[in-house]
Amino acid sequence: MSKIDSPRQSRRSFLAAGAGVAASVLAKPALAGGGNPANQPPNVPEWTKALGEGVAVRPYGKPSKFEKDVIRRDVEWLTASRESSVSFTPLHELEGIITPNGLCFERHHGGIAEIDPADHRLMIHGLVERPLILNLEELKRYPRVNRIHFMECAANSGMEWRGAQLNGCQFTHGMIHCVQYTGVSLRTLLEEAGVKTTGKWLLVEGADAAAMDRSLPIEKALDDCIIAYKMNGEALYPEQGYPMRLVVPGWQGNLWVKWLRRIKVGDQPWHTREETSKYTDLLPSGKARRFTWSMDAKSVITSPSPQAPIKHGKGFTIISGLAWSGNGKVKRVDVSLDGGRNWWPTRLDGPVLDKALTRFYYEFDWNGEPLLLQSRVQDETGYVQPSKAELRKIRGVNSIYHNNGIQTWHVQANGEVENVEVA
Amino acid sequence: MSKSLKFAAVALLACALCAPALAQQKADAKSGPRYHIGRAPTADEIRGWDIDVRPDGQGLPEGKGTVAQGEKLFMDNCSSCHGEFGEGNGRWPVLAGGKGSLTSDNPVKTVGSYWPYASTVFDYVRHAMPYGNAESFSVDEYYALVAYVLYLNDVVTDQNFELTNKNLATIKMPNEQGFVMDDRATSEKSFWQKDPCMKDCIAPVKITARAAVIDVTPEDGKDGKPRGVE
Repeated sequence: MSKIDSPRQSRRSFLAAGAGVAASVLAKPALAGGGNPANQPPNVPEWTKALGEGVAVRPYGKPSKFEKDVIRRDVEWLTASRESSVSFTPLHELEGIITPNGLCFERHHGGIAEIDPADHRLMIHGLVERPLILNLEELKRYPRVNRIHFMECAANSGMEWRGAQLNGCQFTHGMIHCVQYTGVSLRTLLEEAGVKTTGKWLLVEGADAAAMDRSLPIEKALDDCIIAYKMNGEALYPEQGYPMRLVVPGWQGNLWVKWLRRIKVGDQPWHTREETSKYTDLLPSGKARRFTWSMDAKSVITSPSPQAPIKHGKGFTIISGLAWSGNGKVKRVDVSLDGGRNWWPTRLDGPVLDKALTRFYYEFDWNGEPLLLQSRVQDETGYVQPSKAELRKIRGVNSIYHNNGIQTWHVQANGEVENVEVA
Repeated sequence: MSKSLKFAAVALLACALCAPALAQQKADAKSGPRYHIGRAPTADEIRGWDIDVRPDGQGLPEGKGTVAQGEKLFMDNCSSCHGEFGEGNGRWPVLAGGKGSLTSDNPVKTVGSYWPYASTVFDYVRHAMPYGNAESFSVDEYYALVAYVLYLNDVVTDQNFELTNKNLATIKMPNEQGFVMDDRATSEKSFWQKDPCMKDCIAPVKITARAAVIDVTPEDGKDGKPRGVE
């Protein structure tokens, strides 16, 4: 990647390409949408005259070529190699609550395992009456459940602990996705195998080149975990764990082991590398919290945001955003236009589901003056999303994980948006 | 062992917060087979995959390796990423050092400064190392490698020290006591409120930090092609 522009310049050129400079008060309406006037009324464009491609020419559909910028992106300097790294969901381009399969953020520890399902096995053993080994076809014969859940990496927003760092909610909040999973309740399989009374913990392990393993308490395993083989109705994508993955609703993504190959029942936790050297939260005292599984309530305004500036100038303006909680349903979301001094209730639109993304809107008449946008969620347990300052007061700035602080976007008079902090 | 009971109790406590239903739910999965789908794995199948290790030593395979043997293996297979002394090259993980840094502005989390149990090193290395050629070493070689990593961290100090399945669980790591259970429900109790403030909640604010000043956001390249797209 060559750096040719400062972000300010390139955002400006992006704005210019998109809509004429947004700051210009009401450019001519004909130009407002950009494009080629020869294709616009009163003229009749080529696609209205000539036939297009027929059915099944595109046997697996893809988005329009004009949506080529709606893609996962990575931050090159974050990690040593792409095989143990992360890409981010373009939240600023999405609406509703479901993430398209091809845009779900990726986090791998040993690259994408490309597994022939004929060769994949799931083994359940340890403190069980009847150890079990299953292939994908056998897993599909067990009763199915369908559940919509968000999955958030515990390190989501981790780069922001020390202050505003990345200009885009794709990068500040994009380690999250929300899809409908189809699979088998983990409880069903544990009952089939018969967990012994001494069985209190599960080791869950993947089949990839990292064979990632984590400890999971039996209470959660028997509550709402799923072994999923479909996402949004189709087979899991390889980068999401094809042919099967663990779903641990409301808990940190690292537990959602992909390419799941083994479940071992034991009487103690394993303290694996992922739950000791990683995914523990270092506090100012030098002590670290361990087993911080659940993801606290969090929200973010997805547009306007640094990658989604306001292009239309002043007037009726829509604020769109996402809220979620690992501890239940979203109860309410409020937004602030003045950096947290005053708050306004938003409208939740679409389904409000347990441990799933929830979409909120706030519509208002923008007078063109600069704004300091924030969103704040309260979940059904009464938990209110804290400010970053409140979080830092308790946790310092070195805990890496679980940064669910309130995000501030600075909307400038020309519609450009920047990631800032306020006090 | 009361330790495991304590863990389970704390886990229950932690879960009481995440899902109130859990507390009432019978943690019982003994109902027995209903579907009769799948089969029992053979002892061989289990042996091939059963590679996890616990702090109490459960799961350690029979074997042994010395610091000196580990040093050679490490130089040939690991030092290109981790550095000859575990100092880490580029962004690859630092394995040693960082003593006393956990309360500093720049904590360095290494096997010696942070990892609570030696078993974790064995479990992880045997699962995932060498990077890109996982599970390719013999059990004895893994013992030797772990011995050398412990030596790099001054956890063992004798070049001739031999790590075995008998003594690994007896090794005490410097930061074993450096961890507490998730206590968000109590330490962050103030985040639960009845009615969040709506009006004049704080004094007017000013911008104190801006991402553009740092300028580390990825940009699309000159050809307009974003990175990471085929």
